[in-house]
Amino acid sequence: MIPLSYFLGLSIVLFVLGAVAFFVKKDLITMFMSIEIMFNAGNLAFITLARAANSLDGQVIVFFIITVAAAEAAVGLAIILLIFRQKKTIKSEDMRLMKG
Amino acid sequence: MTEIFWLIPFVPALSTLILAVFGRILPKKWVSFQACFSVFVSFVIAVFSFIGLLQTSHDKVPLIKTLFSWIRAGSFEANLSLQLDSLSAVMALVVSGVGFIIHVYSVGYMAEDEGYKRYFTYLNLFTFAMLLLVMASNLVLMFIGWEGVGLCSYLLIGFWFEKHSAANAGKKAFIVNRIGDAGFLLGIFFTLILIGSFEFTAINEAISGGVLAQGAATLIAILFFVGATGKSAQIPLYVWLPDAMEGPTPVSALIHAATMVTAGVYMVSRLNLLYTFSGAAAQIVAIVGALTAVYAATMALTQNDIKRVLAYSTISQIGYMFIGCGVGAFAAGMFHLYTHAFFKSLLFLAAGSVMHALSGELNMQKMGGLRKYLPLTYPTFLIGAIAIAGIPFFSGFFSKDAILSQAFAQGQYFVWVLGLMGAIMTAFYMFRLIFLTFYGRERLEPEAKRHLHESPPMMTVPLVILAFFSVVAGYVGLPIVLGKNVNLFDRFLEPVIKVSHEPHLTLGTEWLLILVSVAVALFGIYLAYLFYLKNPQIPHNLVARFPFIYKLLYNKYYVDEIYDAAFVNTTVKGSELIYDHFDLKVIDGVLDGTASATNFSGKIMAYLQSGLLKDYALVFLFGAILFLGYLLLF
Repeated sequence: MIPLSYFLGLSIVLFVLGAVAFFVKKDLITMFMSIEIMFNAGNLAFITLARAANSLDGQVIVFFIITVAAAEAAVGLAIILLIFRQKKTIKSEDMRLMKG
Repeated sequence: MTEIFWLIPFVPALSTLILAVFGRILPKKWVSFQACFSVFVSFVIAVFSFIGLLQTSHDKVPLIKTLFSWIRAGSFEANLSLQLDSLSAVMALVVSGVGFIIHVYSVGYMAEDEGYKRYFTYLNLFTFAMLLLVMASNLVLMFIGWEGVGLCSYLLIGFWFEKHSAANAGKKAFIVNRIGDAGFLLGIFFTLILIGSFEFTAINEAISGGVLAQGAATLIAILFFVGATGKSAQIPLYVWLPDAMEGPTPVSALIHAATMVTAGVYMVSRLNLLYTFSGAAAQIVAIVGALTAVYAATMALTQNDIKRVLAYSTISQIGYMFIGCGVGAFAAGMFHLYTHAFFKSLLFLAAGSVMHALSGELNMQKMGGLRKYLPLTYPTFLIGAIAIAGIPFFSGFFSKDAILSQAFAQGQYFVWVLGLMGAIMTAFYMFRLIFLTFYGRERLEPEAKRHLHESPPMMTVPLVILAFFSVVAGYVGLPIVLGKNVNLFDRFLEPVIKVSHEPHLTLGTEWLLILVSVAVALFGIYLAYLFYLKNPQIPHNLVARFPFIYKLLYNKYYVDEIYDAAFVNTTVKGSELIYDHFDLKVIDGVLDGTASATNFSGKIMAYLQSGLLKDYALVFLFGAILFLGYLLLF
């Protein structure tokens, strides 16, 4: 039996990796991917704790998150594609239209 | 027909409404007919109400018709209710009767004017407001009429508003009246606080029942009199009336001589119990009246504008009415109001006819010798002048004598002497006017002389009717020397105005007083004859000898200039000062300051909004960490 802390530790490591990648990387695709990693870190924590608490709720929520993430990925990629067509770049620093 | 007396004001009101809404599309003939006819209907109802009132027993008077409850708040209540008693019946008869004659005259006088329909709309509106004023059964409704006539006065003085002087005169009248109205309003408020009701019947009951302290009564009475000095052009608020002559002449006759300016006298008579109870207030009324009577007469002596002479004469005559009210002879004051309405509107309409004949000339120095050109205007003008001068057997004699003998009987010798001085001057300036206009050498402008013509019958017939009444109107109030109960006018007014039972003068004294006032009037006429017909050099010599007095009188004691310097200019200057220093600096400063503070804080906050996705994400991350930390720690 693999102890609970291993699962949670992996989840934390994945989340921190995702967060760091989000702030370090410049192109939108990579940033988008790091968001997905943070999602899955969350999913892992949900399933682990649901299993430990012997409850189905956490596992159901994970299904929802996967569904939403799939839809969100489609929309997000479409947006990035359109931005690229307009600006010929996907660097986040080049997009400052909302500067006050 | 007495039951429908409350319709009297509303017939002209309906006519006003129709003229105001459909005036543009109605033909001119129909407008003339409708305007005159509506006032005539009011007059007919007034006559029938008057007859009905004579047959009603005294304990049922006043007849009150409450149309609906207008304002109700707690114990405060003001109704739209009209009343008919002898006082309001007399006023309604005078207003609608003289008003009708002047409407007819206006049809001829204003025939060529572009604002013909507008003129009749205003004139009808005035008739409505004035009738509402005299028939109101409470102070609040009376105030509505009071303001209504003020508004019409403003509209009609400034009728030819493209003329700068007319527009200014209208504004002056309105503002000066506003000062008086403030006093009137305060009086109404005090009445509400101290008596608790606006109805005249309730006020009279409260005074007879001793609810009101004498000091409070004096305060209220004086405040009301302040209102009266504004509307009735007494010292110190008389300045608007001479300027009001900028309006069309029939307006001067109806509003600024016969009816509206006497509203103050009516109001004081309506509240006669209050003034009698106060005593001190009545004394003030008498003194102000007497001073005004003399003061205005002196200014009339030197004026050359025919309408201005008549305007000062009106101020002076209203002064006499206030003498009557002030010495407790309210009936005599009302009697003078009633006779004055006829002869003064006659004088104004005749003056209008002279102007009409001379293509609008007002300066008496450019007239003279007109009597053979104006065969109808001249005799009617002469009748008016005789009536106002106080020659026996004409109406003005009876009423003026009644006032002066009452003043004497009440021991007010000072007031009586002032009244006699005013009477000399009245006779003098009226006959100066007659001699300068109708006698002597012709001094006409050649242009005016070519167009010289008598006025059309539409204008001369009203003159004849008014001349008739100027002669006979006095016979309803014969003096006591002719018998005990010959003064029908006093007896008719008795339900409203209690005749005081002071010791009367002996018949011998009464005769003596009559002789004195007749002698005074004849002396004034003789002086005018001497000055302006027999020896025209005398006035020039007098002017040369006393240039200071002449200049003072000719410039109306410089009162307009003093008021300008003291009140008008200080107000204007003060307003400019406040505009420059308060409006521009404080108010604008506060507003601009708020705007620039918002602008500045917006600029500071804008630094947070970098537009970079990562900055926002960082803030989000820190927020999440803080929130989680809070959850973990606490």
